[in-house]
Amino acid sequence: MDEAGGTPRFDPLRDYPLGERRPDLVRTAMGLALGELTLDGLRDGAFTAEELRATPQTMRLQAQVARAAGREPLAANLERAAELAGVAGETILSIYTALRPHRSDAAELEAWAVRLESELDAPLNAAFVREAAAQHGRRGLLRR
Amino acid sequence: MTTPDDPLEPGTPGSARFRTREAAVLRTEALIAPAPALGLCVFDGPNDPEPGIELRDGRVVAIDGVREQDWDVVDAFIAAHGIDPVAAGEAAALDDLEIARRLVDVDTLRDDLVRLGRGLTPARLARIVGLLDPVELMFAMKKLRARRAPANQAHVTNRKENPALLAADAAEAGLRGFAEVETTVGVARYAPLNAIAILVGAQTGRPGVLTQCAVEERRNLQLAIQGLVTYAETLSVYGTESVFVDGDDTPWSKAFLASAYASRGVKIRFTSGGGSEALMGGAEGKSILYLEARCLAVIRAAGSQGVQNGSVSCVALVLSLPGGTREILAENVLAAWLDLEVASGNDAIASQSPIRKTGKLMGQFLPGTDFVTSGYSAMPRYDNMFSGGNYDADDYDEWLTLQRDWQVDAGIEPVGEQDLLAVRLRAARAVQAVFARLGFPPVSDEEVELAAGCKDSRDLPDRDRAADVLAGDRVLAEGISGADVALALEAAGFRDIAEAILAMQRQRVSADYLQTSAILAADGGVVSAVNDPNVYTGPGTGYRLEGARWELLQQLPHVQSAADFAARPAEGPPATADARIAGLGESPREVVIAVGPAFGAALRETIGGLEHGAVVQAVIDGITEAGAQPRVVRVRRTSDVAFIGHDGARLSGSGIAVGIQSKGTTVIHRVDLQPLDVLELFGQAPLLTLDSYRAIGRNAGGYAVGERVGPVPTVLDNYARNKHIVRTTLLHARETAEVVPDAPAVELLPG
Repeated sequence: MDEAGGTPRFDPLRDYPLGERRPDLVRTAMGLALGELTLDGLRDGAFTAEELRATPQTMRLQAQVARAAGREPLAANLERAAELAGVAGETILSIYTALRPHRSDAAELEAWAVRLESELDAPLNAAFVREAAAQHGRRGLLRR
Repeated sequence: MTTPDDPLEPGTPGSARFRTREAAVLRTEALIAPAPALGLCVFDGPNDPEPGIELRDGRVVAIDGVREQDWDVVDAFIAAHGIDPVAAGEAAALDDLEIARRLVDVDTLRDDLVRLGRGLTPARLARIVGLLDPVELMFAMKKLRARRAPANQAHVTNRKENPALLAADAAEAGLRGFAEVETTVGVARYAPLNAIAILVGAQTGRPGVLTQCAVEERRNLQLAIQGLVTYAETLSVYGTESVFVDGDDTPWSKAFLASAYASRGVKIRFTSGGGSEALMGGAEGKSILYLEARCLAVIRAAGSQGVQNGSVSCVALVLSLPGGTREILAENVLAAWLDLEVASGNDAIASQSPIRKTGKLMGQFLPGTDFVTSGYSAMPRYDNMFSGGNYDADDYDEWLTLQRDWQVDAGIEPVGEQDLLAVRLRAARAVQAVFARLGFPPVSDEEVELAAGCKDSRDLPDRDRAADVLAGDRVLAEGISGADVALALEAAGFRDIAEAILAMQRQRVSADYLQTSAILAADGGVVSAVNDPNVYTGPGTGYRLEGARWELLQQLPHVQSAADFAARPAEGPPATADARIAGLGESPREVVIAVGPAFGAALRETIGGLEHGAVVQAVIDGITEAGAQPRVVRVRRTSDVAFIGHDGARLSGSGIAVGIQSKGTTVIHRVDLQPLDVLELFGQAPLLTLDSYRAIGRNAGGYAVGERVGPVPTVLDNYARNKHIVRTTLLHARETAEVVPDAPAVELLPG
């Protein structure tokens, strides 16, 4: 239990699977608990398909689980994913395309990095795009 | 092939045996000598670098002899995300052989090996794994697998892209225990419908099966966003920069895509596999295993939980080279060492030779991998749209038997015909209902029924494909989701399937299956390397096929009980009746027919299905034809055919006897011979006919009356023992049960 005697603190070594061991920590974007995501609720319009996905908070808990298991790159991936959870699919696909070989020049990738940082609240992904820009530039993989 | 040293003179007739071997299907497959310059060598390519790593201020500045400024994108990505400098320091203090030995040391924990692996460069990884021989590789595989228990993945496709058949096959795959089901398309616009069909089918077969539809990334991601698929393994990487770029990606674009899938709650697994760089002409003279080590280092660095590897679709290319099978297993071991979930190939056709492909399979099958195949064809090969089908629906009995033979769990369960028909029918009906509710082109009752019982899609009527693909377009345009599919099923009365599909959507909320090696148990619980890790430290530890699971995997539908198999229950009056104790015969022309303790009584026919009364009559006829006099006795004290015959000879007036066991094995014996030294032995009872028995009688009579006798011709069938040894054993046991120790032989009357 934490200091206030409320919800027990998250322990990434013990609390996995979250859905079984810590359902109290898992919520949809609207704040629904797993137990509220029932077929009857869906039919009666209590929630929509949009709710049926992980929130950034849940993704970050999963990143903690991966890190505690010694899987740093997986944790980093899940943290980048957490940042992307709220980003529109079309935007994501545009960034993906921009990162492919010979698709963007340095300025275009930097523009994506700025947008990820300032507009989309995705600093990890921004840094990742900047790193790609530097390496693509070094290896001649920017748009010619 | 003739070589310059071949002693064969021109014009010398060839060997007929060579011609026979040349005609075998194996010989349609090319074997080539290594061509290292083209990357066609499995270990130690001429351009493979010397392993090495240089750190400065805790940062990697050189990998495998290449300094920072000269790194290609693969090196740079691995250096940035894939090497743990602390582990690199630890590994630097150990020599290659020491690390290789730890890979097969039961007392070295997987965790310690994985930690060490994080500090190794691709060249060093390849070199160390290359030190292991095949059995050591298998042992290392068993030790390094991430998840405790192995599992398997199925392919489900068909040439007509018929949704009822897709659903039925996915349901069968689910019921047979596959943890994942993968489909693909012939026509890209079918993807949404195929994804829906296998989602519905798989959840009908077993709640919790993960499903994917292998299509172009953008479309795939869209299906994921709509909750129609739950995993993806389409993210391919390559070991050289030129091929990576030819594949229209860089490590950063692929890693970003991986994060994108994860952000939609989709489990992802990358794909690599030896030989692809050589195939694409960009191997740079480097060995297959070294380039695969680079791929795997990138995959781990990108944060993938797992990989599909082991040459995969290039398997036939790698198998053309010496050591190819060993190299492929080495790839799988490397992946597991890097702490990745491994779906270990065995999906593309490795060889047309059943011996060769199954020899290759054993490398993954015996130690067990996270997914023993990355696509067992759940339908006959004809309908496999992955150009796969290395093992397919027609091979289920073979696979199940191999599991039973080795007591190994390779992820497929036996299921009886009625259970399968029922689940296939239900899945087809469920998808019919979903199509109806969503206003898609109807699935007819005829399609549903044929989907359940057909052999392949040729048995089904053609669909209106133009209408189907328009429905596929609607799925994307209207955003029809997994939740909508669940609602359609609920409305149509398939509440349990609807619940299972909603449960898959809920998994996306908790995202537990994004962890390494995650699959879902039938109760909906997530099982992964986090909560069910492989901790193998020798006998008595790790995953062992035992208990209820072993019982289940033994129960092939066609397994018989020993009692059922031995013989039909004796019905009706016996063919023989025992009379008084047999005395010594007086006529020098007498031939005794001595039968076994169960003959014509507890047993009624031979292993070849000949009725005992008819057998005796045939021998009597033969003896009579030869001018001798038959007398029938039953030997009761033994069930051994030689002793039965010899006991008969001792009673026979001529000293000649025919000894017949109930299963039909027969000897001609003579009183002055040692019991085991007979005149003639007819050991292959299943091949004997009534004519054979008559000929045996004629010969025995011939011996009695002193004529020259040529042996009865016998037929040789090398498979007879293979086919009949079980029944032979059981029939003999039945006869032996009738033995009365020390009892004298009795005269026998016709029944």
